[in-house]
Amino acid sequence: MTDIALELKNVWRRFEVSQGAFKGKATLTAVADVSLQVRRGEVYALVGESGSGKSTLAKMLLGLLPPSSGEILIDGAPINAGNRIAVVRRIQPIFQDPYSSLNPRKSIEQLIALPLVVHRIGDGASRRTKVREMLDMVGLPARLLDAYPGQLSGGQRQRVAIARALVMRPEVVICDEPTSALDVSVQAQILNLLLELKRDLGLTYFFISHNLAVVEHLADRVAVMYLGRIVEERTRAGLFATPRHPYTRGLLDSVLTPDPDLGVPDTHLGIMNANPMAVQNGCPFQPRCPSAMDICATQPPPVTALPDGWATCHLLQEEALASQ
Amino acid sequence: MALLEVQDLVIDIPTASGVLHAVSELSFSVDRGETLAIVGESGSGKSLTSLAIMDLLPRVAKRRAARLTFDGTDLLSMREPEMRKLRGSRMAMIFQEPMTSLNPAYTIGNQLMEALRCHEDVSAEKARARAIELLERVGIAGAERRLLQYPHQLSGGLRQRVMIAMALMCKPDLIIADEPTTALDVTIQAQILRLLHDLKKEFGMAMILVTHDLGVVARVADKVAVMYAGAIVERGPARAVFKAPSHPYTRGLLNCIPVPGRTAPGTPLGAIRGQLPNLIGRLEGCAFRDRCDFAAPECAGPMRYVPIDAGHDVRCIRAEARKAVA
Repeated sequence: MTDIALELKNVWRRFEVSQGAFKGKATLTAVADVSLQVRRGEVYALVGESGSGKSTLAKMLLGLLPPSSGEILIDGAPINAGNRIAVVRRIQPIFQDPYSSLNPRKSIEQLIALPLVVHRIGDGASRRTKVREMLDMVGLPARLLDAYPGQLSGGQRQRVAIARALVMRPEVVICDEPTSALDVSVQAQILNLLLELKRDLGLTYFFISHNLAVVEHLADRVAVMYLGRIVEERTRAGLFATPRHPYTRGLLDSVLTPDPDLGVPDTHLGIMNANPMAVQNGCPFQPRCPSAMDICATQPPPVTALPDGWATCHLLQEEALASQ
Repeated sequence: MALLEVQDLVIDIPTASGVLHAVSELSFSVDRGETLAIVGESGSGKSLTSLAIMDLLPRVAKRRAARLTFDGTDLLSMREPEMRKLRGSRMAMIFQEPMTSLNPAYTIGNQLMEALRCHEDVSAEKARARAIELLERVGIAGAERRLLQYPHQLSGGLRQRVMIAMALMCKPDLIIADEPTTALDVTIQAQILRLLHDLKKEFGMAMILVTHDLGVVARVADKVAVMYAGAIVERGPARAVFKAPSHPYTRGLLNCIPVPGRTAPGTPLGAIRGQLPNLIGRLEGCAFRDRCDFAAPECAGPMRYVPIDAGHDVRCIRAEARKAVA
């Protein structure tokens, strides 16, 4: 066992996108040169807006989508066609929408037992015991074993999804926006449960979210993704106290805390969504960046090391040169 | 006189297992130039309330009220043709999903101009000029070119801006915005909210903002109404409600969201136990009592509003007792 539960080495993922009947195909780079390491027992959060490539990355981690190039290692072992099933069982997902991620025609017991069936673990009786254990662990009454998802509330469904993910006793859980489809009061219950389970079972979370308040509450380290690239990776405390990338700063400025003394902030980012089809040579954030310089349009920004992580921005490079 | 006055609004939906009391005895008012936020979780009846004002409820839902007036005119007795004249011209609505509320088969320009020409007898050139003016006002560059585009050619943030421009075409007195930024990315959300706020001031409009996001409410609302299970449980000036939340449900909601600097990372968040009650059948007493830490036997009896401060009151008969303890 290594200290690194999950590692990505220069991972790329490109898609061929049709542009219409008479036009050629274009290449969309969903994930560009992502390298990261998730340490055992930590909560590693990946933050980004729609189109930033977070979900493509999650799919690759789960073995559902092969990377175009680069390597994904779980416990030091690369995922490949031969060992995919064996490796992937150690890494389990919890998806965003518990209304669409649970098959409505299967009972709760069948749903939670399904991973055991797929991986041929145990017999009927031992599976039943395991499912009961899991229900208890996620705080659902045993009487729901024979219920169907349609009879459950959103919060209960998400608990079922968590039970299903944990029944394999995975080391790493990929949480893809696990609370964004839920009401605030239910969101709090689910976040509390996730934190509790992590403590009790020693889990590692790869937590994907666009909700920065939630990320600040439970992450140990945070990576900010923009148009397929990680632009800043820091410790939680560092990132929220002193964000260094202009995009991270804009994101943090957009968080609306319930404080009636503050108005609506100006993020200086404009209203244009990021366009993944129009990534230029330089910095992908350059078209929206309030402090863009000439060099940003032509040169990709180099990685600048920071005491608690790194960021890619020409401004930081200039600062570093100025201080030397 | 308030621009919009709602008194004892009731929305009932007959179902196979009995009548569902979606909204019960709702009263509030909105003044000119004021922003009222209606906050609540799913199932609280906040969206139905906004539809009821516009008389856009689904056919099965039945609306009743003691009083429902807009600028002194009674909306309850108004017939559909008159209501249609009011809708879109003096009262406009912005919906959550700009992709589904714009018609994919018509250009942006076509839809914007139609919004004006439905209500006012103006030439196409004048309508076009107004459309361009408003698109520019909501921050869309190259407005003339945009008029010829179809909704699918615009990003989510742009579509939402088009929706806002469309709502403004006839210079309405009241805008009802139902979760106008929920489908948008956070950085875009902030920009759209700023824009709505600025335009509201510039045009002197009143706004009803329907949302579940307490952060949004705190930043833009003048007045807040917190809804739970079809009833307003707390209402008052935004400052008062956020500084001194007085209904156990409002407090519970505020404790559920992690706030940087106030909630220590990794510690358990406050949670509201239990679930929303079934709203079918006779409802009596406080709908929140099964989930409330302060519930007493009298909470099953008749409810009334208890004043906390000027214009700030709660639907909780235990409010005085709880205040005495605290």
